[in-house]
Amino acid sequence: MISALLVMIGISLLLGAVLGFSALKFKVEGNPLVEKIDAVLPQTQCGQCGYPGCKPYAEAIAKGEADINKCPPGGEEGIRKLADLLGVDFKPFGEGTKPKGKMVAFIDEQICIGCTLCLQACPVDAIAGAAKQMHTIIASECTGCELCVAPCPVDCISMLPVGEDISTWKWQSPAAIIPIRAAA
Amino acid sequence: MAIPGGNYSHSGSGMRRLYKFHGGVHPPTHKAESTRTPIAQAAIPSKLVIPLHQHVGNRAVPVVKVGERVLKGQIIGRPEGRLSSGVHASTSGTVSAIDMQLVAHHSGLPDLCITIIPDGKDEWVAHGGVDYKQIQHTELRHLLRQAGVVGLGGAVFPSDMKSYSSKHHIKTLVLNGAECEPYITCDDMLMRERPADILRGGEILRELLRAEEVLIGIEDNKPEAIAALQQAVRDGKHERTEVIAVPTLYPGGGAKQLIRVLTGIEVAAGVRSTEKGVQCFNVATAYCVWRAITYGEPLLSRIVTVTGNVEHAQNFEVLLGTPVGELVVQAGSKPDTDRHIMGGPMMGVDLPSGAVGVTKATNCIIEGSPKLFPPPEPALPCIRCTRCADVCPADLQPQELYWFAKAKDFGKTQEYDLFDCIECGACAYVCPSHIPLVQYYRFAKNEIWQREREQQAAEVARERHEYRQFRIEREKQEKAERLAQKERAAAEAKAAAAAAPPVVPPAAPAIHPDVSPDDTQQIRIDAAIERAKAQAAVTQPKNTDALTPQQQAEIAEIEARRAKLRELAANPGADDEPPKSN
Repeated sequence: MISALLVMIGISLLLGAVLGFSALKFKVEGNPLVEKIDAVLPQTQCGQCGYPGCKPYAEAIAKGEADINKCPPGGEEGIRKLADLLGVDFKPFGEGTKPKGKMVAFIDEQICIGCTLCLQACPVDAIAGAAKQMHTIIASECTGCELCVAPCPVDCISMLPVGEDISTWKWQSPAAIIPIRAAA
Repeated sequence: MAIPGGNYSHSGSGMRRLYKFHGGVHPPTHKAESTRTPIAQAAIPSKLVIPLHQHVGNRAVPVVKVGERVLKGQIIGRPEGRLSSGVHASTSGTVSAIDMQLVAHHSGLPDLCITIIPDGKDEWVAHGGVDYKQIQHTELRHLLRQAGVVGLGGAVFPSDMKSYSSKHHIKTLVLNGAECEPYITCDDMLMRERPADILRGGEILRELLRAEEVLIGIEDNKPEAIAALQQAVRDGKHERTEVIAVPTLYPGGGAKQLIRVLTGIEVAAGVRSTEKGVQCFNVATAYCVWRAITYGEPLLSRIVTVTGNVEHAQNFEVLLGTPVGELVVQAGSKPDTDRHIMGGPMMGVDLPSGAVGVTKATNCIIEGSPKLFPPPEPALPCIRCTRCADVCPADLQPQELYWFAKAKDFGKTQEYDLFDCIECGACAYVCPSHIPLVQYYRFAKNEIWQREREQQAAEVARERHEYRQFRIEREKQEKAERLAQKERAAAEAKAAAAAAPPVVPPAAPAIHPDVSPDDTQQIRIDAAIERAKAQAAVTQPKNTDALTPQQQAEIAEIEARRAKLRELAANPGADDEPPKSN
């Protein structure tokens, strides 16, 4: 009787030690799910989801606080990827949330007064300029989040759609092709 | 459609054993029409539209201004970055525009072009060649880059970037004269007419690559070209150079396919042929290498086959930038022509307009008419006959790729080696359901590239955002630290002041210990006024030095009068005499 108890206590102590050790040894920093969700999000840092950036939104999704259909820049495909990742059903965009094409900010340099307010608003530091110096958008780094538009006191920032050029043009899913059989 | 397996040797190549690649098709060649007459010189057109992006890599940067007069061979686009190539004025004339013009591209979108109005003089810029044996390889590659020499087989990859001998040991240099696509005969005619220069260019490339042997692969439907080159090999005494007739089978002119046929080496997915000791150049490229190095002539013109719906199909030597519309009339384009196709019928591009300029990639212009190329039959469902898999030269499963591309399952297409597809069109050619298979593959490739671009952009944005947050945090910390330091310094000063006995008591409170701060202020103001008055009293007017005695006398008189007036003003009752009225 006593020996059985001792054996059981011994086993439980041993297993407890193993568990305690592995909890320390294999500790996972942060939530890996957040990283995975963050990787799916488009990183525009636009805050249209109601969270201050993509990472906070990813954290909210991981905690189950936010829906997966709050990211307009990600488009429906983004929602689909999130649904796949989280094993939930696809959810279309709600009222008022519409996916938009890729945009890039443009500063009218004639009007810009060099107030630096947009510099402070840009989440990816894509605006070059300094106090009382003209500002300009670094187009290649601009995510099109529109966060710089509202703070501008002289309304000199506009959002332009990103046009298609030869390097970004894409083949559409087939419609017509050069006929390859000559009618001899 | 599949050719029976097995290796065989060919009568034209003596003992050499040839191999075969998987699949292939035999479309009607239509080559005889354009090989009846020799290469003709195309007329200098009314204008040249020269795109700055005629090669793989970065677009050349314009180095001329609108209105500038340029000479034939003058560089007008400077190569930009590692992978790029020069662009030149094909004839002398005046630059009339540097703007977006339609170019030969599937999208039908414009790209940056330089438009030159020729003056008809065809006046050369000063130029001269070098002996390739006398100069270093680095210098040779630089010359090729500056001369704008790129692969003329259609891929337009800058030739200097393919001419390194340092990375891998190159055993075999393959010169590609297979020209497998129907209708196209520009390489055929070049080999017939200028075989010696092709071989000399091959020697330069062999020297650059330090290759042991040169193999020239030509499809056996070009016996004249084979004979001409074999004769030139004997005449020029080219050692370890062999002209080999390969069986006519589309797409036997693909680099991987020709290498397979000539050497038996199968270049695996994601591997470059150089890693296997083989490098491949088009015969026309070798010709241009010779002209560029030995005569200093940049790539200004190329041979273009004009065929299809024309009166007399023919090859022309055409200045780059010549509008296609002006070229085809020289071959007698028929009135019912409704389209221009650049390249062959299997892989060609439908040109958006006849105003598009001929580029380095333009090997052929096929004039199309509804009769010659009837509209494609409607695509029917795939019946899984796998004929496409039988003919695929890359040994892929086109029917699977089609299903996945159609379903937009792009991950799966990559698993099925979509990027090994050379877009030769053999699968679509045999498809009994007339499915435009190649378009599906291009669509899938473009989508994958787009996703990769977006992924990269997101990665950059994430990094920048995280760095920004880190920076803001750091600035906050630095500010807090500065503030803390200031406070510390102030506290220390206070402590020091408290510890030391007051040596000099503060001035103002000592003098007027009973007055309020406001009064101290008033005292200070009064003191300042006093100081100003004292200063004014001792200050003499500066303009009284170096005066004549007469002027000094006058001043003294005036001063005396002023003193009297002041006295009067001070004691008004002293003088009873009333002021005189005037």
